Amino acid sequence: MGNLLTGSFPAGWRVPLREWTNSFVNWLVANYGDFFRGITDSLLFVLVQVERFLNWLPWWSVVILVGLLVWHASGKRVAPAALLAGLLVLVGAFGLWPQLVTTLAIMVVATSATVLIGIPIGIALARSDRLKRWVQPVLDAMQTMPSFVYLVPVVMFFGLGNVAAIFATFIYAAPPVIRLTDLGLRLVDEEVVEAADSFGASERQLLWWVRVPLAVPTIMAGINQTIMMALAMVVVASMIGARGLGQEVLRSLQRGDVGLGLEAGLAIVILAIIMDRVTAGYGKRMETGERAG
Amino acid sequence: MAFIEIRNLSKVFGPQAASILPQLSEERSKEEVLQQTGHTVGLYDISLDIERGETFVVMGLSGSGKSTLVRCLNRLIEPTAGSISVGDVDVLALDAHGLRDARRRRFGMVFQRFGLLPHRTVLENVAFGLRVRNVGKEERLERARHWIEVVGLSGYEHSRPQALSGGMQQRVGLARALATDPDVLLMDEAFSALDPLIRREMQDELMRIQRDLRKTIVFITHDLDEALRLGDRVAILNHGRLVQVSTPAGIVLSPATDYVRAFVEHVNRARVLRVRHIMEDAVTVTLAQRGSDVTNRLLASNGLAAFVQDARGRYQGTVSFHDAGQNPERPVAELLREEALTLAADMLLEDAMEPLGDSQLPAAVVGDDGRLLGMLRPRAVLLAMGANRVADSFTSKLGTAGQGAAQPSRTEAARSG
Repeated sequence: MGNLLTGSFPAGWRVPLREWTNSFVNWLVANYGDFFRGITDSLLFVLVQVERFLNWLPWWSVVILVGLLVWHASGKRVAPAALLAGLLVLVGAFGLWPQLVTTLAIMVVATSATVLIGIPIGIALARSDRLKRWVQPVLDAMQTMPSFVYLVPVVMFFGLGNVAAIFATFIYAAPPVIRLTDLGLRLVDEEVVEAADSFGASERQLLWWVRVPLAVPTIMAGINQTIMMALAMVVVASMIGARGLGQEVLRSLQRGDVGLGLEAGLAIVILAIIMDRVTAGYGKRMETGERAG
Repeated sequence: MAFIEIRNLSKVFGPQAASILPQLSEERSKEEVLQQTGHTVGLYDISLDIERGETFVVMGLSGSGKSTLVRCLNRLIEPTAGSISVGDVDVLALDAHGLRDARRRRFGMVFQRFGLLPHRTVLENVAFGLRVRNVGKEERLERARHWIEVVGLSGYEHSRPQALSGGMQQRVGLARALATDPDVLLMDEAFSALDPLIRREMQDELMRIQRDLRKTIVFITHDLDEALRLGDRVAILNHGRLVQVSTPAGIVLSPATDYVRAFVEHVNRARVLRVRHIMEDAVTVTLAQRGSDVTNRLLASNGLAAFVQDARGRYQGTVSFHDAGQNPERPVAELLREEALTLAADMLLEDAMEPLGDSQLPAAVVGDDGRLLGMLRPRAVLLAMGANRVADSFTSKLGTAGQGAAQPSRTEAARSG
């Protein structure tokens, strides 16, 4: 009683979440180490293949490819394509081409995995209000939890390096694509769904022929957001051993090298703009019903 | 047995719909039920027969339950009680698989805001019902092309719906519904989103297509003019209850309740009534009779002209009182007026007015088989257009009203709505 009156929090009221968590994580690592190592190895294999392929491409062909992609996504406008291809050359001129390719490889694998896992989760959420009530707070936590909190267990499970970076990126970047897939499916014009229903479409036909195609513009916006957030994780991920542009930024911080930081930072921004223009461009074209092809 | 039979169909919206139903009665209004139980009555105790090949219009204002009724037919909305049969199928007894199959084969539906897939071409949209049914690509596209041609959209196969005007989009909707060759075409406010000129054009288009196909059409609308124009028979719903079922002429000439009467007041009757609804008995003579016979007959009935029939009742010509009076000895055959007007019994008054106004003599009313059915005087047209009280004198003729209706119209007793 006396304690309550003095106003300081009673020392006996202790929830040992820290101990529980630590022992749980340790137990996981001890008992399921092989499982996590399996995941690490297979992801690493994919990542290495992607990076090797990107490195095998001559630098100018990457520039041309990106230019063509932007040109096509923007509705065949030449100016943005030329500008972004030029900026890509600038990154090379900063001496950051190998780092750019590494970051690009991590981005490709991380965002592909996020999208491939996120869209089905979004579909499931759209179909079940109950599931959505449970998953919603988890998504909120994923987005707001400081990333350092989960960097440590991720490293414990997957070791330092690019694979851990992919997982950290997934945790941070998955919510938008999940949320917007769910939203897009819920916003689908009910009369179109009812019409398809009236012709006897099965649940699967309704989903794949009606709901998902009509939700594609919103889903594309989600993919776009996910990619942007994944890029935001590049520097944080470098702290757990991810190589690439993030590592350069981290190095500039450690050495007080402002110029290096600016160059690497600009390179990340340029990569972000390119990926944004491409995904947003295709999303917009799908919205207006124009066939992308 | 009617093709579609609806018996005691009710729909209550709310968590305890089934337990609310027995508490409903004729007297309790929709508002009372909503206040006391929190349940909304969509439909209450609807029984209807719809014949094969008939265009049956369900008309009501918003909240009358008309859209609920049409959705109960293919169970887009699950009824609370009652029964529905379409042909030999008990619709409410179908399991999920059977229902899907019935929707694929028996029903085609057209929606107010079209419900087309924006990411698909016109051709793919029209073929949608066939694709759902797993018809091979070649065949379904070929059949889709046929129906696109029928609704007059050839050349737009590869356009996307949003590139088309509203009327054209609804043509796509109509073609999509027809492409599966359904037994029943359900049209939910199909033309309500279109502007008036296009709407009229689409009504004409539907009537044209229906002349060839003779589908069973259940057409929902809030527009009485549209209902009277399209329907072989019209059902009027109010607050989920059936107020009247009749032919268009029956609705206009003998509204069952004040509610219907209020609606009908502003209808252009010339577009609903047909010559046979207001024709009068003709004074008939034969070719062999003489002028004096004609004048005697006409003096007795105060008529202006007599109509000549042969032995089988077929119309031969018209003799005026004036001509007969001037030539009492000549046979009728020599006195026929060449310019005499004949009108088809099924002609709308709207179309009959102008020739009748030009004619000096009453018009002969003739059936499809050439038989004389009666005569039409301008006076009768004026009276029909005029005050409501006159309408009562025509209702006796409604027994034969309604083009194409397979049975005499049943003017159902009014339930207070």
